[in-house]
Amino acid sequence: MSSTDIMIEAKDLKLAYGSFVVMQNLNFTVHTGEIKVIMGGSGCGKSTLLRHLAGMEAASAGEITIGGEKVGPHEAAMERIRRRFGILFQSGALWSSMTLYENVALPLEQYTDLNANEIADMVEYKLSLVGLKGFGARYPSELSGGMQKRAGLARAMALDPEILFFDEPSAGLDPLSARRLDDLILHLREALGTTIVVVTHELDSIFTIADNALFLDAETRTALAEGPPKKLRNDPASPERVRFFLRRGADADELSNPAHS
Amino acid sequence: MESNRHAAFEIQHEPNERSTIQLRGDWLLRSERPTARQMLQELMASDTHTNWAFDCCDLGAWDSALMMTLARVYQAGRDAGHSIDTSGLPDAVQELLELSQAVPEAAVEEPVKSNAGLNEKVGVWTLDTLAGISRYTHFMGQLILDVGSVLRGRTPFRFREFWILIQQAGVQALPIVALLSFLTGLIIAFIGIIQLQKFAADIYVADLVGLVMTRELAAVMTGVIMAGRTGAAYAAQIGSMRVNEEVDALKTFGIEPVAFLALPRVLALVLMMPLLTILSNVISIAGGMVVSVSISSLTFSTYINETIRAVALTDVFVGVFKSLFFGVIIAFAGCYRGLHCGKDAAAVGRATTSAVVTAITWIVIVDAVFAVIFHILGI
Repeated sequence: MSSTDIMIEAKDLKLAYGSFVVMQNLNFTVHTGEIKVIMGGSGCGKSTLLRHLAGMEAASAGEITIGGEKVGPHEAAMERIRRRFGILFQSGALWSSMTLYENVALPLEQYTDLNANEIADMVEYKLSLVGLKGFGARYPSELSGGMQKRAGLARAMALDPEILFFDEPSAGLDPLSARRLDDLILHLREALGTTIVVVTHELDSIFTIADNALFLDAETRTALAEGPPKKLRNDPASPERVRFFLRRGADADELSNPAHS
Repeated sequence: MESNRHAAFEIQHEPNERSTIQLRGDWLLRSERPTARQMLQELMASDTHTNWAFDCCDLGAWDSALMMTLARVYQAGRDAGHSIDTSGLPDAVQELLELSQAVPEAAVEEPVKSNAGLNEKVGVWTLDTLAGISRYTHFMGQLILDVGSVLRGRTPFRFREFWILIQQAGVQALPIVALLSFLTGLIIAFIGIIQLQKFAADIYVADLVGLVMTRELAAVMTGVIMAGRTGAAYAAQIGSMRVNEEVDALKTFGIEPVAFLALPRVLALVLMMPLLTILSNVISIAGGMVVSVSISSLTFSTYINETIRAVALTDVFVGVFKSLFFGVIIAFAGCYRGLHCGKDAAAVGRATTSAVVTAITWIVIVDAVFAVIFHILGI
């Protein structure tokens, strides 16, 4: 891939809260149409990195760019950049006082000139993409965890973003719902060419969806390795901690490729 | 039911520098048993016996009571450099002991105790206070700017939710405001009339209730009730939204949470507070009238006529005017605390408490300031 394909770029990134350094010396790129998984153990800073990528928090040093424009809560281009991505939060984060219809419609009302009928059609279409057609009148509390996640995805996709960020999409879901969400991620990339960044430590998901994985290490507080997960797992040159982490995913790998098992 | 055998131990110091700990009886949490300290005192009594072993032939039932004793003895023995043979322990005890020793104690840094002197403490407090004032000011400024943003149509204003908020802050608050206002009027009249009867001035109880309620207490009482009811609800609602990342979700769509969440709540309460205060005025005067007519020679018409004579429209206006500010204070405190809440359930509780305390404190302060201002203005 050429440098012009780069959608997201992090250069010499340092994430810190006061004197507490979460991550430092992070350098990586995400190319257009790529599914990049940010993985690592619990509490290593994966979600923190995602919040920085989405411009919700400012980096202590270094910079993040999306489409060449600098990202950060106080950056001038942020309003324009926001329309280029959507986020599925770990909890789904649906606005609980609104119906699913209103949740998906709000960004459309805010940022588009669509009339009420067009918005209704668009909401129905987005909900149908995630298998929730006909659920528009329901409130989030009336849905299961998996349905809430999918509804959150429909909202994240409302403005046809070029990039989708997923924060622990499988968290709290049963294996079937998690697999369904993984399939949905793959279909979105396939059909829409969306660039996707997923934060997860679920090995099933990592081996199912990732083109490339970035392994964050809590001990060294930096990225220990980057590459396709299967390569990272099998390459003796990979750091031991990364191989150990990924070896536990052998079953998941076989599950996703039954023909080879 | 079988009775427990008394838990005990005995140390056998053998000639080959070996001490064998013989465990006997049932080592259970619910029964009396020797402590690890007692066991260690006897073991450490001999400097030459540095190899420890266990004999459990007479050991009966056991639970974590035995495990905590052994874990302590094992750790102390290892720290003292002794060799400990656990093969004499039951297999399950060996496994649990191994598990408890598998991960070494973490070297957790002790929290640094502040040695700051008085000057430094005052300095830190001052900086924190200034930062807090700055945040409050920013929030207030943002709220004012957002009014313009909503009017220009740049920020969505959900009227359906606004009506629900009005209903919650208004209609649903009516019963509690009415009940407490009635009782307040009743109490003031009851205490007042007892004193006034001494001077044969019963009639002035209408003046007392009317003026106290319309100028001061109706607005303050309604404010306190709404701070505990609606202000706390705002802090809890918005705080929960923060915990559930709903506020973050708003930000990612470029929707300003202050405009979207705080502004409708502030407006709803500002609109409802004067109405609730007027209701409180009427009901509290009715409460005073009921008790006055019941325990004195006053009639309903006398009481009403005296109230009309004593209470000017200005007095009513003073109370209602203040209630507008109290509405802002309550909604402001609730929304501010909610939006600055931490990200766990306990933080929501703290935000709620803080919202109520902040609102009530400021209601009293602002009421005092208004009392001085109205006095100077001669109102």
